[in-house]
Amino acid sequence: MLRQVTEDHLDDIAIGAAILGTGGGGNPYIGKLLARESIREHGPVEVVPLDEVPDDAFVISVAMMGAPTVMVEKLPAGHELERAFRAVESYLGRRATHILPLEMGGLNSVTPLCLAARVGLPVLDADCMGRAFPELQMVLPTLYGVAASPMGIADEKGNASVMETISNRWTETLARSTVVDMGCTAMIACYSVSGAQAREATVPGTLSLNEELGRLVRETQAVNGDAIGAVAERLGGRRIFSGKIGDVDRKTVAGFARVESRIDGLDGDAGVSMTLYTQNEHLAATSSDGGVLATTPDLIIVLDLETGDPITTEELRYGCRVAVVAAPCDPRWRSPEGLEIVGPAYFGYDFDYVPVEATAART
Amino acid sequence: MRIGIDVGGTNTDGVLMDGLTVLAEIKTSTTEDVTSGIVNAISAVMTDGDAPAESIEAVMIGTTHFTNAVVEARRLSEVATVRLGLPAGAALPPLVDWPARLRDAVGTHVFMCHGGNEFDGRAITPLDRDELLRAAEEIARRGLHTVAISSIFSPVDGAFEREAAELLAGELGEDVAISLSHEIGRVGLLERENATIMNASLRRLGRTIADAFREALRHSGIEAPVYLSQNDGTLMTIEHAERYPVSTFASGPTNSMRGATLLSGLQDCAVVDIGGTTADIGVLRDGFPREATTLVEIAGVRTNFRMPDVLPVGLGGGSYVRTGDGLTIGPDSVGYELPQKARIFGGETLTASDIAVAGGRADFGDRAAVADLDPAMVREALELIDRTVAEAIDRMKTSAGAVPVVVVGGGSVLLGEQLEGATEVVRPEHFGVANAIGAAIAQVGGEVDAVFSLAETPREQVLEQAKAEATERAVAAGALADSVRVVDVEEVGLAYLPGNAVRVKVKAVGDLEIGRNRVAAGN
Repeated sequence: MLRQVTEDHLDDIAIGAAILGTGGGGNPYIGKLLARESIREHGPVEVVPLDEVPDDAFVISVAMMGAPTVMVEKLPAGHELERAFRAVESYLGRRATHILPLEMGGLNSVTPLCLAARVGLPVLDADCMGRAFPELQMVLPTLYGVAASPMGIADEKGNASVMETISNRWTETLARSTVVDMGCTAMIACYSVSGAQAREATVPGTLSLNEELGRLVRETQAVNGDAIGAVAERLGGRRIFSGKIGDVDRKTVAGFARVESRIDGLDGDAGVSMTLYTQNEHLAATSSDGGVLATTPDLIIVLDLETGDPITTEELRYGCRVAVVAAPCDPRWRSPEGLEIVGPAYFGYDFDYVPVEATAART
Repeated sequence: MRIGIDVGGTNTDGVLMDGLTVLAEIKTSTTEDVTSGIVNAISAVMTDGDAPAESIEAVMIGTTHFTNAVVEARRLSEVATVRLGLPAGAALPPLVDWPARLRDAVGTHVFMCHGGNEFDGRAITPLDRDELLRAAEEIARRGLHTVAISSIFSPVDGAFEREAAELLAGELGEDVAISLSHEIGRVGLLERENATIMNASLRRLGRTIADAFREALRHSGIEAPVYLSQNDGTLMTIEHAERYPVSTFASGPTNSMRGATLLSGLQDCAVVDIGGTTADIGVLRDGFPREATTLVEIAGVRTNFRMPDVLPVGLGGGSYVRTGDGLTIGPDSVGYELPQKARIFGGETLTASDIAVAGGRADFGDRAAVADLDPAMVREALELIDRTVAEAIDRMKTSAGAVPVVVVGGGSVLLGEQLEGATEVVRPEHFGVANAIGAAIAQVGGEVDAVFSLAETPREQVLEQAKAEATERAVAAGALADSVRVVDVEEVGLAYLPGNAVRVKVKAVGDLEIGRNRVAAGN
């Protein structure tokens, strides 16, 4: 269990972040550098397990919002997240006691660490999704009736605002167009909750899981072990496909990187191809045999076939040899209410959600 | 006829070729001044092949000068790094993740200025001319002669970089070399900026080396054009190389692998190129090196060049063999001092070459000088060599099955006739100079880099159009029309522009048309 994050943890956290990012959530390398610079300047970050948070704690969730393909080019100024965070504090007239990661995966596994170091507050060992999702309302607190707003949003140019909205869906809609106007990257602070609410409505231990997954990959590689198998096992999932990327059709639509990749099977999957559907994160995988291999909200993870290193959406390109691992999501996402906001239909795919455990039985 | 030269850290190799036939080959030592080694190699192959200077139609040189300069952090110039984009990017300034030694070598002369673009081409902030004038003043005061300019989203719109370059050139004068990031790299600010800083730090060396190459040719009486090989296996003119020395990075492994496919006739195989210091292991698919899928670090610095996927291991003919606490071979090497230091050459140092001779795999130098070695130790060392290479091959291949392995390079005599995981070990004729052969048969390229609107034309048609244009340009650059193929297609979506614009970069390459006294300028 992680109690403190120092510079030495960041390499492992970055690898774990890329795994849980399921392709999206931004470039963990950039996140690692940002966290490293913050920790070097301000010192290590205290991590608090969910069961130790006082009921009356005042917790604010934070994240970067926008297109990861933009983030690798337009790097932050450094002050954005604190501005968004302080905007919510002053709107509510209350100082936060803890910082909560909005999602776990990619850049947003470490974004909260940058803020925590900078403002000297502890970060919770938890997050609102148990993975990464592309839209703001796609968090477990939504299922518990927690409001996203008031939401602070700030860009690198110095623009900031606070939004008051009628639903979490509206927060997403309004924030998204603001993010586009801001140049497709912004920092946000939202979902302010009490310690008791955080305990009920978030996924515990996920910051530690990040670090553990990274360590697992590193240590398995060091002994030439099967890192792909190790990741699948730790997440309770399995390898669903191995192949070579044959085509990557990439476009940015309404603030999202939408990608459809064809993966031509190798080894046991030779002769079959898989289509991987991605909108920031990998959301579905279908086989040319006609079957659905895995869909959101389960985790679909692309790893380098040879090393087991995670491959982010930006790195997907023709010729990459990859293994695709699918793993079960937090069980609350599988409820009808959960599937309504993060199931395949929401993302415009016309196949039904099939738990990854069930697709395993068919192959 | 053409001459291919490969300048490595240890050896300078040369070949004289007529079409795909090797007429003469030579392996000489790399000299301190480099030039005399090239002159030696050229004159040796011309004499051996009985080729007068007039018959030489082109000289192709592959060199590790620039890679080595960066790896060793030597002969680099201090660089003024100007980044346009403030306030964006302030959290991660240029050079943020460079190893200290290399950062010290290029100096931390960082000028963060306003400017830069959003993903859709809007300005983040306007260019601040006064700020740039102040930067120019400071650059002049610090006596810096080379400038790297990077601007956020310059691959989408390079205007800010060009404008800043014009302004700085006006203030600093003609003697200051300016490298622009949008001419060097792709989207990914830190990686593109890193490559641009490396390029800037190599510009002075680039001029020195280019002059030395020209001098070497003059000295040999050759008036034919000289080309340098690039990391993608294509050629560039020496004038281009002077401006973009980073384009030569990793051309060595590419040349070796291209040479190996020609020599062995194998299109799909693993290639092991063993030199004096390292063994480079790569994989050929359809006769071309597999590209690295992840970002490539050079001397610990991240870049986003397209590079052949090569795994280097510290094993070569000059590797130190230590028998103390457990047997070890390499990773350090006596390098170019092998002809003096190795036991078989009368020296005192036990090297991998000594082991190969003692074990009967090679026969050169003085065999008697290694007769006293313990046969059990020699056997163990040979096994270690084979195991090291076999493990590296295993890491590079994509499936569990055995593959054919082509071994090239002067140090390949270290290997035995069999390797675990290899269907066969092929050691083709002229294996010692595969890299020079790869340079000699390198191709010329044509590139298209333009913004297309997907509203009027479907994506497939845009790609076809770009491919056709790149092919035409390759032919115009001197490629044989029926040999041209598209090797690289890259799309950068520029959303929110009217008409769903996309920037498409396509590269096509083909064989240099030669033999009819016609060699057009590549690039």
